[in-house]
Amino acid sequence: MPRWAGRVNIDGMPEAAAAPLAEPRPPRKLYRSSDGRWLGGVARGLAGHLGLPVIWVRLVFVGLFMADGLGALLYAAFWFFVPLGLGGVDAQRPPPFTTETASDGRRRLVARKPDKGQIVALLLMVAVAMVFVGSVDLGNGAKAYLLPAVLVGAGVALVWRQADNARRARWMEVGRRRRTLSLLRAAGGVVLVTAGVSGIFVLQGSAAHLGSVLQAALAVLVGITLLAGPYLVRMTQDLSEERLMRIRAQERAEVAAHVHDSVLHTLTLIQRNAENAGEVRRLARAQERDLRTWLYKPEGTGKDEADEPANLADAVRRNAAEVEDKHGVPIEVVVVGDCPLDERIAAQMQAAREAMVNAAKYGGEGGAVQVYAEVEGKTVFVSVRDRGPGFDLDSIPADRMGVRESIIGRMERNGGTARLRAVPDGGTEVELEMERAEKTS
Amino acid sequence: MSEPTEANESVESTGGSAAERHVRVVLVDDHRMFRTGVQAEIGRTEQTGVEVVGEAADVDQAVTVITATRPEVVLLDVHLPGGGGVEVLRRCAPLMADAEQPVRFLALSVSDAAEDVIGVIRGGARGYVTKTITGTDLVDSVFRVQDGDAVFSPRLAGFVLDAFASTDAPPVDEDLDRLTQREREVLRLIARGYAYKEIAKQLFISVKTVESHVSAVLRKLQLSNRHELTRWATARRLV
Repeated sequence: MPRWAGRVNIDGMPEAAAAPLAEPRPPRKLYRSSDGRWLGGVARGLAGHLGLPVIWVRLVFVGLFMADGLGALLYAAFWFFVPLGLGGVDAQRPPPFTTETASDGRRRLVARKPDKGQIVALLLMVAVAMVFVGSVDLGNGAKAYLLPAVLVGAGVALVWRQADNARRARWMEVGRRRRTLSLLRAAGGVVLVTAGVSGIFVLQGSAAHLGSVLQAALAVLVGITLLAGPYLVRMTQDLSEERLMRIRAQERAEVAAHVHDSVLHTLTLIQRNAENAGEVRRLARAQERDLRTWLYKPEGTGKDEADEPANLADAVRRNAAEVEDKHGVPIEVVVVGDCPLDERIAAQMQAAREAMVNAAKYGGEGGAVQVYAEVEGKTVFVSVRDRGPGFDLDSIPADRMGVRESIIGRMERNGGTARLRAVPDGGTEVELEMERAEKTS
Repeated sequence: MSEPTEANESVESTGGSAAERHVRVVLVDDHRMFRTGVQAEIGRTEQTGVEVVGEAADVDQAVTVITATRPEVVLLDVHLPGGGGVEVLRRCAPLMADAEQPVRFLALSVSDAAEDVIGVIRGGARGYVTKTITGTDLVDSVFRVQDGDAVFSPRLAGFVLDAFASTDAPPVDEDLDRLTQREREVLRLIARGYAYKEIAKQLFISVKTVESHVSAVLRKLQLSNRHELTRWATARRLV
C-alpha cells in the first residue's frame, strides 16, 4: 500500500474528502457590497451571495417594508451585522445570468455614479414611505410617532454609512481632506437622532420633563466618556499601531518575494556566466533596470511592461532597454518633456531604435551609448551618440540597407530629417528630428 | 523603464595633469563596501592627487568629521541614516559659506529619482553624479568641484531642462526663473553626453565659458524659489 494512502487513513479522512482540499475554494462569506450600493450595500451583497439578480433582492426588501416595516428592520439588521466587503468582493463575480439581463447596463451606470444611485434610492424610499403612510391606517397615535421615528432612522443611517465610508477609505488610502465633512456629517446624525428622540418624548406628553431628562442624559454621557474615554483612545492607538505593523510586514513580504524571484535568479545566472564578461554585464544591467523600475516607479505607471508604450518617454526607454538587453551595451537615456505617440513619432522611434542598434554594434566598445530625446513644442528631437571609432557615411556602400534605409529613408518618408555626423573626439552621432502630426497637438 | 548609470560623466580634467594637484576629501556613505571601493579607486594620493582624510557612515558622524578635518570636497551619499544627505548639507551650511576655505559637496548616489537629485542640489551640493561613474571621471569631478565649478551629469542636465521647461507660468524672478538660450544649449549638449571640451568645440566657446554657464545654471537651480521646481521633482519620482 502506498504511503500516502496510509496517511490519509490516519487522519481518519476518506479519500474522497481529501480531494476537494487539493483545489481549495474560498468559502463564500456574506459581505455587503461597497461598489454600486444604494444605501448600505446589503441588497447587492446578498444578491452576490445568493446568486440572484440585485433587483429581486431589492424588490423583496421593499415588499417586506410594506409588511409592517419588517423590511426596514431586516435591512438595518443586515447593515449592522454584515461586514462591508472590500471592493465588492462578491459583486465582482456576479451571478452569471444577471450579466445578460437588461438591468445590468443600468446597474453599471449606477456603479459608476454612486451619488446618483443614492439619490434615486432615497427618493424611492421617500415615495414608498409616502404611499405607505397614505395607504395604511396606523391609527392616530402611531402616525404621530412616524416623523420622529423617520428622523431617528435618517440620523442613524447617516452615521452608519459614514462608518462604512471610513472603513472603505482606509482600504483605499484616501487622504484626510474630508475630515471636516465627516465631522459635519456625524454632527448632523446626532442632531437628527436627538431631535427624533426629543420628538417622541414630546409626543408622549412628558414635555415638561424634557429639560431634566436631557440634563440627566448629558450627565450620563459625560460620565461614560470620562470612564471609557482613555481606554477607547488607547485602544484606537493600539489598533492603528497594529495596522501599521501589518502593513510593514506585508511590504517586507513583497520585497522578499521580489528579491527572491528576480534578484536571486539573476545572481545565479551571473555566477553561472562568470567567465563571460559581456553576459554578466548584460544581466546586471537588466536586473538593475528592473529593480529601479520596481523601487522608484509609482504604482500603476506602466510598471507592467506588457502593454505597448503610449508616449514618447516610455517608447524611448523601452527601445533602449531592448537594444541593451540584446547587444549587451549600456544605453543611457535622458528624456526631456513627453508627448503621446503618433504615427510619425512612432516612425521616428523605429529609426531611433535602428540608430541605437547601430551604435551598440559598432560603437559599443567605446563606452555607454547616450540617447537624448526632447519634445519642444511640436518638434521631437532624438540624438543617439556612441563613442566608438566612428564611420563615414559616404564610405558605406549604397546597397547597405542599415543606415540609409532604416534611419535616413524612414525619417524622410515621414517628413522628418536625419543627420549623421562624426563627433570631434571620436564616435558618431545620429540626430533625428520630426514634427508631430497635426491632430495630436 | 529606467536606464540609470552615467558611466561617462561629462567632465574633463581641468587644466594640468591631475597628479600635480592635491585635494582633501571626506567620504560620506553608509555602505562600507562602497567607501572601500571608492577609497581604493581614487585614494592613491600620489597618482590621483586625492587624499581621503575622513569617512563617515551617518549624518552625525559626517558633520563631526567634516567639521574636524575641514576637507575641500565632500563626496556625499544622498540616502543616509539620520536624515539623508540633505540634512548633512543643512548642518554644514556655515562651512559651505566660509569665505576663506569653503567645504564643497559633490553628491554621489545610486538613486536617479528627481526628488533626490533636485533635493541635494538645492541643499547646496555643487554637482551630482551616480555611483557607476568611473574612477577617472570621479577624480575629475572632484577637482572641478574643488575649483568651485558645477558638475552636471547628463541626467541632471535633463532634469533641469525639464524642470525649467515644464511650466508656462510667468517667472517670479526673471533672472532666476529662466534659462538663457546659451545655457539651454549647453545643458542640451551635456544631456546628450558631451564632455565640456566637446561642448566648447561645438558651440565655438572656451571651456571656461562652458563652466561659467553651468555654474550659472546651478545657481539658478539653487536659488530660484519657483514652486514648480519642487513640485515637478515630487511629481516625477522616477526618470
